[in-house]
Amino acid sequence: MKSFTYQRVTTALDAAKAADKTPGSKFIAGGTNLLDLMKLQIEKPAHLIDISKTGLNKIELNTDGGLRIGAMVNNTDLASHNVVRRDYGLLARALLSGASGQLRNKATTSGNLLQRTRCPYFYDTNQLCNKRVPGSGCAAIAGFSRQLAIIGSSDHCIATHPSDMAVAMRALDATVETVNVRGEHRKIPIADLYLLPGSTPHLENTLQPGEIITSVLLPPPIGGKQIYQKIRDRASYAFATISVGAIIYPDGSGKLALGGVAAKPWRIEQAEALLPKGSKLVTERLLAGARPTGENQYKIMLVERTIESVIQQAKR
Amino acid sequence: MKFDKPAGKNAIDQLKVVGKPIDRIDGPLKTTGRATYAYEHQIAETKPAYGYIVGAGIAKGRIEAIHQTAAKSLPGVIGVITASNAGPLKTGRFYADRLLAGPDVDHYHQAIAIVVAESFEQARAGAALLRVDYVKSKGSFDLKKAGASATILNPGRPSTAATAEVSSFEDGFKSAPFKLDEIYTTPDQSHAMMEPHATIAKWDGEKLTCWCSIQQINWGVRDLANILGIDPKNIRLISAFIGGGFGGKGTVLSDIVAASLAARLTGRTVKITLQRTLMFNNTIHRPATIQRLRIGADADGTITSIGHESLSGNIPRGFAEYTTTSTRTLYAGKNRMTQLKLALLNLPEGAAMRAPGEASGMMALEIAMDEMAAKLKMDPVEFRIKNDTQVHPENPKRTFSTRLLVECLQTGAKKFKWESRSKQPRGKEEGDWLLGMGVASAVRGAPIMKCAARVRLSNKGIVTVETDMTDIGTGSYTIIAQTAAEMMGIEINKVVVKLGDSSLPESPGSAGQWGAASSTSGVYAACVKLREKVEQMFGFEPGTAEFSDGKVSVKNKKYSLSKAADSGELISEDEMTYGELSREFAQDTFGAHFVEVAVNKYSCEIRVRRMLAVCHAGRILNPKTARSQVIGAMTMGVGAALMEELVVDTNVGFFVNHDLAGYEVPVHADIPHQDVILLEDLDPTMSPMKAKGIGELGLVGVAAAIANAVYNATGVRIREYPISLHKILESSYNLEENN
Ligand SMILES: Cc1cc2nc3c(=O)[nH]c(=O)nc-3n(C[C@H](O)[C@H](O)[C@H](O)COP(=O)(O)OP(=O)(O)OC[C@H]3O[C@@H](n4cnc5c(N)ncnc54)[C@H](O)[C@@H]3O)c2cc1C
Ligand code: SF4
Repeated sequence: MKSFTYQRVTTALDAAKAADKTPGSKFIAGGTNLLDLMKLQIEKPAHLIDISKTGLNKIELNTDGGLRIGAMVNNTDLASHNVVRRDYGLLARALLSGASGQLRNKATTSGNLLQRTRCPYFYDTNQLCNKRVPGSGCAAIAGFSRQLAIIGSSDHCIATHPSDMAVAMRALDATVETVNVRGEHRKIPIADLYLLPGSTPHLENTLQPGEIITSVLLPPPIGGKQIYQKIRDRASYAFATISVGAIIYPDGSGKLALGGVAAKPWRIEQAEALLPKGSKLVTERLLAGARPTGENQYKIMLVERTIESVIQQAKR
Repeated sequence: MKFDKPAGKNAIDQLKVVGKPIDRIDGPLKTTGRATYAYEHQIAETKPAYGYIVGAGIAKGRIEAIHQTAAKSLPGVIGVITASNAGPLKTGRFYADRLLAGPDVDHYHQAIAIVVAESFEQARAGAALLRVDYVKSKGSFDLKKAGASATILNPGRPSTAATAEVSSFEDGFKSAPFKLDEIYTTPDQSHAMMEPHATIAKWDGEKLTCWCSIQQINWGVRDLANILGIDPKNIRLISAFIGGGFGGKGTVLSDIVAASLAARLTGRTVKITLQRTLMFNNTIHRPATIQRLRIGADADGTITSIGHESLSGNIPRGFAEYTTTSTRTLYAGKNRMTQLKLALLNLPEGAAMRAPGEASGMMALEIAMDEMAAKLKMDPVEFRIKNDTQVHPENPKRTFSTRLLVECLQTGAKKFKWESRSKQPRGKEEGDWLLGMGVASAVRGAPIMKCAARVRLSNKGIVTVETDMTDIGTGSYTIIAQTAAEMMGIEINKVVVKLGDSSLPESPGSAGQWGAASSTSGVYAACVKLREKVEQMFGFEPGTAEFSDGKVSVKNKKYSLSKAADSGELISEDEMTYGELSREFAQDTFGAHFVEVAVNKYSCEIRVRRMLAVCHAGRILNPKTARSQVIGAMTMGVGAALMEELVVDTNVGFFVNHDLAGYEVPVHADIPHQDVILLEDLDPTMSPMKAKGIGELGLVGVAAAIANAVYNATGVRIREYPISLHKILESSYNLEENN
């Protein structure tokens, strides 16, 4: 860990201002991801702005019937909120499938959205990694890639975004609200939050420097059977190999996003139209243009099988 | 005391304390955080400095320069130790690895420097500022490729010749009506114990004291002396509590060498803990194997020939993984052949991990047995029973001291309701899950080693036992206390046990499943002497008194035990040594594992549903600690079967998944109800305790039982561990098919 200075702010606007004033600063929320990365000097902020006391820890009903989730709401509180459990079961299930009880107590909503990849080469500063050191190369593509992306990846990076919660939010059409140094508010549909790697895998999202997430909006409840199916090698405390977050209606239509396959929660709305026709066609459309490695080719079949399983579960 | 004739009846047979399911006497210390582990000691006189180990960033090559200016000018940094200022260093006698690299680098994350600073954070920040220039060279990282130039060699263990043949294997195999010839692979595995390697080192002139985490104190002293080139008499090692080891802390590794060097060069007491990310490549691991099994049998299921060839790799001077050991003892069969090959690899050093050799060997052999049973259309339990032997199959003159393999299999089958298993693979479904059952035999040698102990009796009636035996979470403290209590006729709360300090009498430590039997036998010997001293004090003939309820009596003469120490503490020390019984008899422990798994028919995720182990391991000194050993081992077997794998990146030459997020071991949710049946049967050829070890037996065979259950559930045979879901998905497995 490199030494850094630290400041605690009490409003989101102050956070944005502080970030603007001190180049090389980072926001720290729960710190469950950032601190690990700092210890390994993968992240080297000169200044930390602690946003955990900004009061953004409320879950409120919105006038449109949806939900506004404060950026600092922790994963445990969000998963156990009665409206979330009743109307957004997909979100609660996705959250509870992630990490462990201790981590979820600490992890925040915005921190979860912006957590960084779990690519093992990204975590080892001796290895070539374009995301960590732009232009250095990518050791993962010819290396151990079983867990890595099969779609939306590039010759520069095949990392995945590891969040379970984000998959649910993508399927639920969430919107991220932000504020910047000038006090300007912005609404970013979650579909537009993440960037694919292209030739700049170190750029991961569309937030501007100093722009801070204040909340996440969920549209009014959409009903349906809400299923989060996370596939992993052990029964708990593991990142998804792949995951499927789905909302399925009695007529077989629905919405669907995938985790563990790309640098963002993967959703192709056109593919959803094929849901009533079965998992094979949906998968073909969802994963059209996939470019798996030899080691993660299996994910394509796994996605199809898991979608099939979800469709069958919804029928019960 | 020399043990050279089978034991008769003795004081242990009273079983007033021994054999009882007594809670661990160190339990309260551990659950309340008062057991002090290596890194936690507060060394009174000095404020310690902190060391941070820097691991090599390449797999093989040479260090051209280590630029230290930036690190040294960081506030708090006291010094940097590298091969150029460390002085001459040798290697230890068990591990072959050089524990401080330079200028040559032998493997990834080999220690190349230690940064010492006033605080841990400063040392870590300093470490990140070192800039190292390397010249890389080509290495050998791919076991399969390296196998082409592997040599057949003696792995250095007298009990395991590299090649062993009885009758003519090839001829026997060729003419067998039923044959199996398959390749099985096991991956590199990490011990991944909870407590990382850690040391606090302090020099007083020539004398070095290390608070460390080492399973075999005597090897630790020997190896550290050898490495540093100092007199072993000047070394004191203290490992009173060890947060898990599984063989990963057998003797000296880089943390203790680094701390000793750093303390010597800086003149400070230095604390070092090996950071978790270094444990996987810096230290040792269970090496990967490629094994070929050939079994030939007659139509009635009699094995006529059995062949087992195994390849593993290691750094120069490293051992081969002796996977064929079990194949040499487990089943009958006239024509036999086993062979070990060792290839040169430039990966980290492969060395002992819980049930070394047997665990990996049985992962292969016991799938092969299942496959053979299927070919013969025999029940896998029956097939194993059919090929049981009561004499050593390579040397029929040598009988097993005790061997209840058949009873283990039969008892287990009954208890597990084996008869409800579908004979056809993929014959049982429940919702989205395919269900299957599997079985495997277990066998593990029962070595016993000489061990010394000292016992003291105080005038308060407290008996203190002292030996450098370690407790790595197994229950050594407790069974040693039980032994002393039984021998001296007192309650267990009157016994104090001091372990893990090289200034105490020498034990063989915790390893090789020999700890329990060896250390309690040493304590037995010392107690026999103490009893004689007590008898003398009371004017009794040696060996005539009864010790019970805190009293010592001969006929109607009865004294309080404590009275014997009225005029001063009574102290006895002795060592148990052994004669030829282990040559005369094959001494092993046996068992059977039964497992039920559920395989998700969509995702092929595998979840274990039920597990049962039946173990036959001599006298069970404490059923509670024994059971804990077995269920812990079964858990490790689940890891070996389903998830544990150090992934080799053959481009870079390292284990990629070097943290606990990437190297997955089972979590609670993976472990179902576990049953353990201990088939008690005393073995008087072992020692007066009539006990054997059990800590490794519980692991052997578990992974194969799971693999066999997966086959029974899915009809897919996976011969490459771990059985991850993608291997089933990519096999002939078909979602729709349903027999
Ligand atoms: C052992 C382990 C297992 C895990 N398993 C899972 C799992 O199975 N599934 C899963 O989904 N996750 C898992 N996680 C990840 C976990 O969900 C994240 O670490 C956590 O959600 C991050 O939240 P945080 O508040 O601690 O973020 P922090 O670490 O504080 O921040 C993360 C990043 O977000 C930025 N940030 C935070 N808030 C804001 C804001 N309001 N505006 C702008 N930027 C912001 C920070 O600057 C930082 O870059 C695991 C983590 C660990 C350590
Ligand atoms: S996949 Fe991306 S994160 Fe991983 S090594 Fe390559 S560039 Fe780095």
